[in-house]
Amino acid sequence: MYVAVKGGERAILNSYALLDQARRGDPAVPELSLEQIRHQLRLSVDRVMCEGSIYDPELAALAIKQAAGDMVEAIFLLRAYRATLPRLGYSLPLETADMKLWRRVSATFKDLPGGQVLGPTYDYTQRLLDFSLAAAGEVAASPEAEVAADPGPVPRVVDLLNHEGLIETHEPSPGDPDPRDLTREPISFPADRATWMQNLARGDEGFLLAMGYSTQRGYANSHPFAGEIRYGTAELVLEPEELGFAISIGDIEVTECQMVNQFGGSKSQPPQFTRGYGLAFGASERKAMAMSLVDRALRADELGEAVNAPAQMQEFVLSHTDNLEASGFVQHLKLPHYVDFQSELELVRRMRAPKAAAPGVRGRNGEAA
Amino acid sequence: MLARADLEFLEREVAKLDPPAYTWLRRPETGLTMVRARIGGTGDKFNLGEATVTRCTLRLATGETGVAYIQGRSHRKVELAAIGDALLQSPIFHAAAYRALVEPAMDRLAERAARMQRQAQATRVEFFTVAREAGA
Repeated sequence: MYVAVKGGERAILNSYALLDQARRGDPAVPELSLEQIRHQLRLSVDRVMCEGSIYDPELAALAIKQAAGDMVEAIFLLRAYRATLPRLGYSLPLETADMKLWRRVSATFKDLPGGQVLGPTYDYTQRLLDFSLAAAGEVAASPEAEVAADPGPVPRVVDLLNHEGLIETHEPSPGDPDPRDLTREPISFPADRATWMQNLARGDEGFLLAMGYSTQRGYANSHPFAGEIRYGTAELVLEPEELGFAISIGDIEVTECQMVNQFGGSKSQPPQFTRGYGLAFGASERKAMAMSLVDRALRADELGEAVNAPAQMQEFVLSHTDNLEASGFVQHLKLPHYVDFQSELELVRRMRAPKAAAPGVRGRNGEAA
Repeated sequence: MLARADLEFLEREVAKLDPPAYTWLRRPETGLTMVRARIGGTGDKFNLGEATVTRCTLRLATGETGVAYIQGRSHRKVELAAIGDALLQSPIFHAAAYRALVEPAMDRLAERAARMQRQAQATRVEFFTVAREAGA
């Protein structure tokens, strides 16, 4: 039990001032601008947007600056800000098949219609510290290839695989139902897939990564292949009531991962490949991949697999994805618990008292206790 | 198209068109739109996360109503986009507004997309599997 405490106002105000000073660091060093954060720390910005669950690079940059680079704190700031804004509606579903692509790779097929495009990736870098970045310098313009005027949408790898019926397809349920919205109503179990997708989409990358990793190490039998990973921009399309037609108002950067997994089949289904899906704001490949592994593991029930690993357990996974809740609950332990602890102290003293008073009880060295 | 144009561009080009005065029907308001996607890209809808969106509605002195929704939080940009929308509905301004606002905005977007495409395609790879050939 937590009993409120009062006092310390002056100390708290002074700690704000000290925090500001610590955040700013040496005033002789030029201050960071939001534009610098947004453009030069873009992957931090993407992570904060993803888990803060608001697509707005400028706000995410502000949160990172205010949090002095602490990602989880920045995510907290963005979530708190979201509570101040009205909800203006829902977008039409992103058409990820029509994305303009920076990157698109498949680990399952080398010859793909549309090609394998590496894009801006760290994958093939040497991971040697580049000391030339320690000094300011110009970056060479990136090469451009000759391309046909408009190559049109690049087909999804999983759709290409469908010809033989060897891989499951995803169709909307009858009536194309609207999903439950976790920002409006809390999760309840068992959760349906659309609900857990929202939970995973805003979930902590580190937690999902560890859970996904556990499925590869044998805690859930998943045998995954990265069927396709694509990163680029998708159009944000709204259909405002007063207009009555759809308008595209901008682009959202997303990373999509289609994980393909072995499945031995069941009584009702022949053996085929099943799929796990990951989608995340920005260039968030690790997150999207981990999400797709966890999504697939969570489908154990649906696919009639034995549920015996943590990553397959809905209540375990979905209750622990949110780093705001996790951080809040862990960190509340440092708040004053004086009354709480006092009562525990009393209890321990009382439990020891009768023993000490009982005759014949000896201490370790044989002397009377 | 107007929603996707840059603020500086709208600021400059809308001023040049010298639009009539206007009154607000709904002042600029920033809020959130829940961005949806589909499981696997084609299945059931799910909520991915929110995005900031700003909207407004205004009426020109000449009677046309302009509505704009933009991504982000710029009240000035949404105002200019709504003026542009109203001008495009005006018989007097339509042709000039289309030439000044819509065509260049489309060109800019197309150029940006084409550049992205050229840079991405420069990183296109042909992977090949290394297998020992018969007799080698």
